[in-house]
Amino acid sequence: MIISICQPYALCAWPFANFCFRRETKKVTTPILDMKGITKRFPNVVANENVDVELYPGEVLALLGENGAGKSTLMNVLAGMYRADAGEIFIRGKRVEIDSPRDAMRLGIGMIHQNFMLVDTMTVAENIILGLPDLPFVPNMVDVNGRIRQLSERYNLQVDPDSRIWQLSVGEQQRVEILKLIYRGAEILILDEPTAVLTPQEAKELNGILQQMTREGKSAIFITHKMEEVIAFSDWVRVLNKGRLVTVKQTNRTNPQELARLMVGRDVLFRLEKKDHDLGDVALELTDVSANNDKGLPALQGISFRIHSGEILGVAGVAGNGQKQLVEILTGLRNVSGGKIRIFNEDKTNKSPLEIINSGVSHIPADRIARGVAGDMSVANNLAMKCYRKPPLVRKGFLHPARILDLARRMIDLFSIDTPTPQTHAKFLSGGNIQKTILAREIDACRGLLIAAYPARGLDVGATEFVRKQMIAQSEAGTAILLVSEDLEELVGVADNIAVLFEGKVMGILPSNKADTEKLGMMMAGVKLEETTA
Amino acid sequence: MIELITSLMAITLRSGASLIYATVGEIYTERSGILNLGIEGMMLMSAVTSFATVYHTGSLFLGILMAMLVGGAMASIHAFLSITMRANQVVSGLSITLFGSGMASFLGQRLGPESNKGYLVGLVGAKFEPIAIPFLSKLPIIGAIFNQDILTYIVYLLLPAGWYYLYKTRNGLNLRAVGENPQTADAMGINIAKVRYLYTILGGMLVGIGGAHLSLSYAPGWTENITGGRGWIVIALVIFSMWNPARAVWGAILFGGINAVQFRLQASGTTIPAAYLNMLPYLATIFVLVILTWWEALSKRVGAPSALAKSYMREDK
Repeated sequence: MIISICQPYALCAWPFANFCFRRETKKVTTPILDMKGITKRFPNVVANENVDVELYPGEVLALLGENGAGKSTLMNVLAGMYRADAGEIFIRGKRVEIDSPRDAMRLGIGMIHQNFMLVDTMTVAENIILGLPDLPFVPNMVDVNGRIRQLSERYNLQVDPDSRIWQLSVGEQQRVEILKLIYRGAEILILDEPTAVLTPQEAKELNGILQQMTREGKSAIFITHKMEEVIAFSDWVRVLNKGRLVTVKQTNRTNPQELARLMVGRDVLFRLEKKDHDLGDVALELTDVSANNDKGLPALQGISFRIHSGEILGVAGVAGNGQKQLVEILTGLRNVSGGKIRIFNEDKTNKSPLEIINSGVSHIPADRIARGVAGDMSVANNLAMKCYRKPPLVRKGFLHPARILDLARRMIDLFSIDTPTPQTHAKFLSGGNIQKTILAREIDACRGLLIAAYPARGLDVGATEFVRKQMIAQSEAGTAILLVSEDLEELVGVADNIAVLFEGKVMGILPSNKADTEKLGMMMAGVKLEETTA
Repeated sequence: MIELITSLMAITLRSGASLIYATVGEIYTERSGILNLGIEGMMLMSAVTSFATVYHTGSLFLGILMAMLVGGAMASIHAFLSITMRANQVVSGLSITLFGSGMASFLGQRLGPESNKGYLVGLVGAKFEPIAIPFLSKLPIIGAIFNQDILTYIVYLLLPAGWYYLYKTRNGLNLRAVGENPQTADAMGINIAKVRYLYTILGGMLVGIGGAHLSLSYAPGWTENITGGRGWIVIALVIFSMWNPARAVWGAILFGGINAVQFRLQASGTTIPAAYLNMLPYLATIFVLVILTWWEALSKRVGAPSALAKSYMREDK
């Protein structure tokens, strides 16, 4: 069976395909923004080298590039968070110095950062007026709330000014961020990977809002590494690769394949080959499992499913619908409040992480820095972390450094981990190589069941491909895999079956070759599988 | 009975006032994200220097000014270490307490007059006298509220003003944002270092007044360790008040009240060890901490500033 991940590319652009209006770009003589020769260096790294950006009023520009290509850095320079080492910025034809976010704001530049810049404990209104230059000493909150309501009506951004940020969903928080920029009268909006946390439906709404704002003459730059968003959102696209500007294209004169090639600097294989293979016995079985979140509220309710050896079960869903708790109960990091977990036909409900590891379960954690590696330990020790308790790595209760090093060299070679030496501290590795380190350790230690949470998140195209191929290879070798991901392409391409989580419940499980993105999107928004066909 | 309550209230207010100054000061400092554990040392230093100033000049005003100067100066050392040098705030604060305690006791043996071999201990200087407000001070029970010195009257204003400033003004909004989420505050154009310096030093000045209140009003004169651990009580009080200046009054009344009850009990020759009463405030603080940890929704509303004791630099990842 061959699954082509992006083959009908129109299909990939699914959330946007039917509402994407291409406008004829009107050329005004002066660009609203002109960045020339921007260079920004960090210790040991050149993040941007001689990059130009040009933006005209009413335009949407997409900045496309792999992780670490320098997109966010470039925009942080524009938003005043970083200072460029070289280069000039012109706004409406006038040269400007942007030394701080305050300067940027004064020039009408507003940025929505990837991690939202909101104060959790304060209200929506307080967040929106925070730091306004002309705010009176005692702000009149009645007026402020009135104005917010007015703006939210006009742009269809429903949110209650008096609710506190921590009570809002991620989608609502993004609305607050957008309102914040509009309230400040920003003319140039920068959005850093705005759709990463949204449901397809919410992404659709966001596009509508962007359209309305550009119709009013505002301009927008958005950062992404998803080709389909470039096609759906933008008028122009600029591609960055390793800190350099590779190309500038008018969006309707290019296509995803070309963009992908420019982005990584080589042709990308967008196909994953999967051989048909027989499934074994049931490796993991959940029966009516429930669990609470940290606040003591139900996070998982009545979850039941099975994974056979050699099967990959994908778990889809918008972040925060119980994926975290699901992974934690399966790895012994959280207790269930009801139901049974059986691993290889043995009851493993509420057992300790060590007992679960000993029963042959491996875990690729969602937060690879916090739970995947010990940053201040060497790569070799990190690689040995799962099997150091047993011979040959341990002898009479003492570790055997030479054998650990041997093991590490072998794995570094096998998984092509890019590290200066096996003794290098893990924290100095790039995100992709940290992930490869974890993958090497977990796959090596795995004896039958792999729990993988977002294994390719934030990795560049090359590393993503590597990770996905490894998963498929493992399943062909007979491992049962639970793959939690927010990337629908990945799920459809890698998994055999896909379960969709919504508010802690399984909306349905369907074979991935019958899963179209429209259907998955509806299920992610809370529609049961049976109802989607109706 | 009425006479007993009246006298309890009088003592409570007098011993509570210095706690309130220091608590409100520390609340402002912690709201900006800076944890200052140097309060004990700062209170001792301002107590000794303000008393010496008053003794030599006879001016209470200069004494208070000196206390604010000393408190502010010591706080600015802490500010420099924790904001500019990004040092560990616990270490820096504790060193300030150690330094301040030793230095205060040294100064207590040097700042006195030659006639007393430089010692300040045992000397009598000017002190703040109670000002009875006509009619109001004659009321039963609550009369004590209106028969206090000027420093205590200022406390009556400090509490509501401190609350209003923090929750209703632009500056208070900025301050809260800096302590909760400096990245966001920075992106919104607020100068983090400036805000943190400002409120660490302002907090230090209030702590200074709290120290001066001890040597100029509560127990006039200088004795070794005049604070009797009040600087640590303040740290507990900040938690007990859940970082809200208005609530500082309850903590101060609780702590001051226990002080007052202790006086009465000792006078009546009780056999209950004083240690039991002394324990109460700390038990109350532990109770508040447990509640805050256990009840997350509450701690979001009234808990510690999220960025407390964390240094911030813009280009940090």
